[in-house]
Amino acid sequence: MQLILESLFNGVAIGSVLLVAALGLAIVFGLMGVINLAHGELMMLGAYSTYITQLIFKQVSFLKPFYDSYVIVAIGIAFLVSGTVGILLERTVIRRLYGSPLETLLATWGVSLILQQFVRSVPLAYGSGLVIALFFGLFAPLFISDDLLQGAKGKLIRASTWGFSALLGVATGGILSSLVSKLSRASARNVDVTAPAWMRGGIDFVGITFPKTRLLIIFITLISVLVVIFFLDKTAWGMRIRAVTQNRPMSDCLGISTETVDIITFGIGSGLAGVAGVAVSLLGSVGPNVGGNYIVGCFMVVVLGGVGNLLGTILASFSIGIMTDLIGAGRLLTIWPEMPSPLYSTIDFFATTSMARVMIFALIVIFLQFRPTGMFPQKGRMVES
Amino acid sequence: MKLSKRIFAGLATASLAVTVTACGGSDSAGNFDDTVTVGILHSLSGTMAISESTLVDTEKMAIEEINAAGGVTVDGKSYKIEYIVEDGASDWPTFAEKSKKLIDQDGVPVVFGGWTSASRKAMLPVYESKDAFLYYPIQYEAQECSNNIFYTGATPNQQSEPATDFMYKRSPAAGGDFFLVGSDYVFPRTSNTITKAQVKQLGGKVVGEDYLPLGNTEVAPIISKIKVALPEGGIIINTLNGDQNVAFFKQIQDAGITPSNGYYVMNYSIAEEEISTIGPEFLEGHYGAWNYMMSIDTPASKKFAKSFKKRWGNDRVVADPQESAYNMVYLWKQAVEDAGTFDDNAVREALVGQTFDAPQGPVEVMPNHHLSQTVRIGEINSEGGFTILEETGVVEPQAWNQKHPSSKGYACDWTDPKKGEKYRL
Repeated sequence: MQLILESLFNGVAIGSVLLVAALGLAIVFGLMGVINLAHGELMMLGAYSTYITQLIFKQVSFLKPFYDSYVIVAIGIAFLVSGTVGILLERTVIRRLYGSPLETLLATWGVSLILQQFVRSVPLAYGSGLVIALFFGLFAPLFISDDLLQGAKGKLIRASTWGFSALLGVATGGILSSLVSKLSRASARNVDVTAPAWMRGGIDFVGITFPKTRLLIIFITLISVLVVIFFLDKTAWGMRIRAVTQNRPMSDCLGISTETVDIITFGIGSGLAGVAGVAVSLLGSVGPNVGGNYIVGCFMVVVLGGVGNLLGTILASFSIGIMTDLIGAGRLLTIWPEMPSPLYSTIDFFATTSMARVMIFALIVIFLQFRPTGMFPQKGRMVES
Repeated sequence: MKLSKRIFAGLATASLAVTVTACGGSDSAGNFDDTVTVGILHSLSGTMAISESTLVDTEKMAIEEINAAGGVTVDGKSYKIEYIVEDGASDWPTFAEKSKKLIDQDGVPVVFGGWTSASRKAMLPVYESKDAFLYYPIQYEAQECSNNIFYTGATPNQQSEPATDFMYKRSPAAGGDFFLVGSDYVFPRTSNTITKAQVKQLGGKVVGEDYLPLGNTEVAPIISKIKVALPEGGIIINTLNGDQNVAFFKQIQDAGITPSNGYYVMNYSIAEEEISTIGPEFLEGHYGAWNYMMSIDTPASKKFAKSFKKRWGNDRVVADPQESAYNMVYLWKQAVEDAGTFDDNAVREALVGQTFDAPQGPVEVMPNHHLSQTVRIGEINSEGGFTILEETGVVEPQAWNQKHPSSKGYACDWTDPKKGEKYRL
C-alpha cells in the first residue's frame, strides 16, 4: 500500500512537471497548430524571471519582509514576461508563417538560439529593462482610447508610447543593475534559485516523505490547468479561441477578430511556459539551456495525448510520469521480487533512468503506430482536413 | 584663466605620460628577441563555456606570468609567448577543425585545450596524424595513452580510488553499502566500473547504480531507488555533470537523503566553482576528492589563488581543473627550455621527468605522459570550500587502470620504443 502510494505520488510529481511544461504547448501547438520550438526558451525566461524576482526580494529593503512569498510573485511576473516575449514572437515571426509548418519550425528554432545567446551575453538587468519596454510598448495602445490612435496624430501617439516605454525600460535596467550587482554583468554561468525556507524539506506522512517543492509544483500545475480549462470553456474569449480552432474562415466571417484571437492564444500559451519555468527553477539550476531539456518531452506529451485536446495532455503526462517511476525506479522488482529470472533480468535492465527513457519512447512509438492521432484525437471537421 | 590653462597643460602632460607608460607596459617585446605563438582551444560558447572559460583565464594568466618573468629562453634567445584563442563551441567536431587550423595555418608548436572526453577523443586523431602536441588539463577516466597528448589531470587511481577507500574505511558511513549515480557518458560509466571492482576487493557491496541522460534533471526515480537500496543510509558516489548536480542535491535534501540521516555523498565533479553555484547549504557535510583544493594552506597555493583573483576579480575562485591548466603551461615552458627548441619530438622527450612546484605541491611528468600528483579528500563546509581531511603522498598515474577488467595488467611508457602505448606489465 505504502509502496503504491509512493509510486503514485512520484508518478504524479514527474507528470505534473511534464504537464505544466506541456500545457502552454498544448495550447500553441494543439489549438493553433504552430510548432513552436522556442517554447523551451520561453520556459527558460520564466525561470530567469524567478531568479531575478528572488534577487530583488533579497536586495530591496521594503520587500525583504515578504521574501518568503517571492515564488508566488514570480509566477505572475514569469507569466507576463514570457507572455510578452511570446506575443512579440507571434507578431514579428510566426504571424507571417501561418500555414507553413516547416518554415515555422525553422524560424522558431532560430529564435530559440537567439534567446539562449541573449541571456548569455546581455546583463540580466538590461534584459529585464528590454522586456519591460516591450511590455508597455505592446500594451499601452490598449489603454488609450481609439479616437486618439487614428490618423497622423495617432501615429505620433503610438511612437511616443514606444519612446516612453523605452525610457522606462532603460530606467529599470539602470536601477536594477545599480541595485543588484549580480544582474549588472552578463554571465553564461548557470544561476540558482533557492526556495524559501518554508518550501524546503519534506512532509512525513504514513511513512513516506513528500518533498514540499514537489507538492508546490503539483499545486501550481493544478491551478494552471483549472484556470486554462475555465478560460477556454467559460469565457467569451475562450469560446472565440475554440471557434477559430475549429473553423478559421467561418469565425472570421462571423466577425471574430482572428488576429486578436491568435495574439491571445499565443500570449497565454507562452505565459504558461513562463509558469512552467518557475516550477522547473525550483527543481534544478537555471541556465540558458534549461528549456531545451524539456522541449522533446513536451511535444511527446502533446502528441501522445492527441493534438488539440487538453484532457489528453493531462492523461498523457501523468501516464508518462507514472511509467517513468514504475520502470525507472524498478518498482516492479520491489513489488514482486520472486518473478521468473528472465523477466527479472529484463526489467532490471530497463530499471535505470536512461533505459527507462528508451523504453517509454519505444512504447509511445508503438502506441502511435496503432493510434496515430494520440489518445484522444480531435473529432469534427478541421480546417486543415 | 591663467590658472585653468596651467591645470589643463598639467593634465595633458599627465595623460601623455600615462599613455606612454601604458604603451611601454604592453609593448614590452623590446626586451625579447622573438615571439612564439601558442594555441588555446576551449569552448567559449555553448554549454561548456561556463567551465572552460575559467581555463582560458588561467592559461592567459600563466602566460602573462611567464612573460613578465622574461619569457621562454630557447638557445640563448628569449621568446615572448603570444597566444591565439580559438572557440571549440561545445561542439566536438569543431574542436578537431580548430585544432587543424591552429596546427596548419597558425603553425603553433603546442595547443592547450579541451575539457570533455568527447572533445579530446575528437581531437586525438588530428594530433596523431599531424604529430602535433595537445596538453589536456582535466581529470578523466584514463584508459588512453597517446604519444601526442599530455594529460595533466588526475587518472582514476589519483582521484576515485583513494576516495572510495576513504569512504569505505574512514568516513562516518564506513562499512556501509554503496550506491553509484552518474551522468550517462563515458567518464561516469568507466569510473563506476573501477569503483565496483574496488568495492568488491574491499569487501563492500554496491547495491545499485543509475545514470541520468545528459541534460535530464528528473531525479525522482533515482531518489526512490536510493531509498529502497539504502534504507538506513550509506555511501553515494556521485559522478553527475554540471547542472544535474544542482537538481540532484536540491531534491535529495528535500527527500531526506542528508548527512544527518546517514547518507554521505562523495563527489568527483564538484569543485569550488560548482559549490558556489549549487549553494553550500545543499552540500555541507558531503565530500569531494581532488588534487588541488583552494583551501590548501601553502604559500604556493595561496599565491596562485591570490594572483588569479587579482587578475580576474575578487569574486572568482580557483579549482582543480584550473590548477592543472596552470601547471601545464609552466611544464611546457620548462620542457622547451630544456630541449632548447620548440620542435615537438625534442620537447616531448624533454617533458618526461620535468618537475614543478605546483600550487598543489610537487608534480612530476611520468613516462606515460600523465602527472604524478597528491590526492586530497575534503569535506564541504558552510563557507563553500573544502575542509581537507586527508592527503596522500604523491601518487603515480595509471593510464591503464589496474582495477578495470579490460586494462588490468597493462601500462604505458613512451620513453621506451619497445613499450609504447599499451604493454603488458
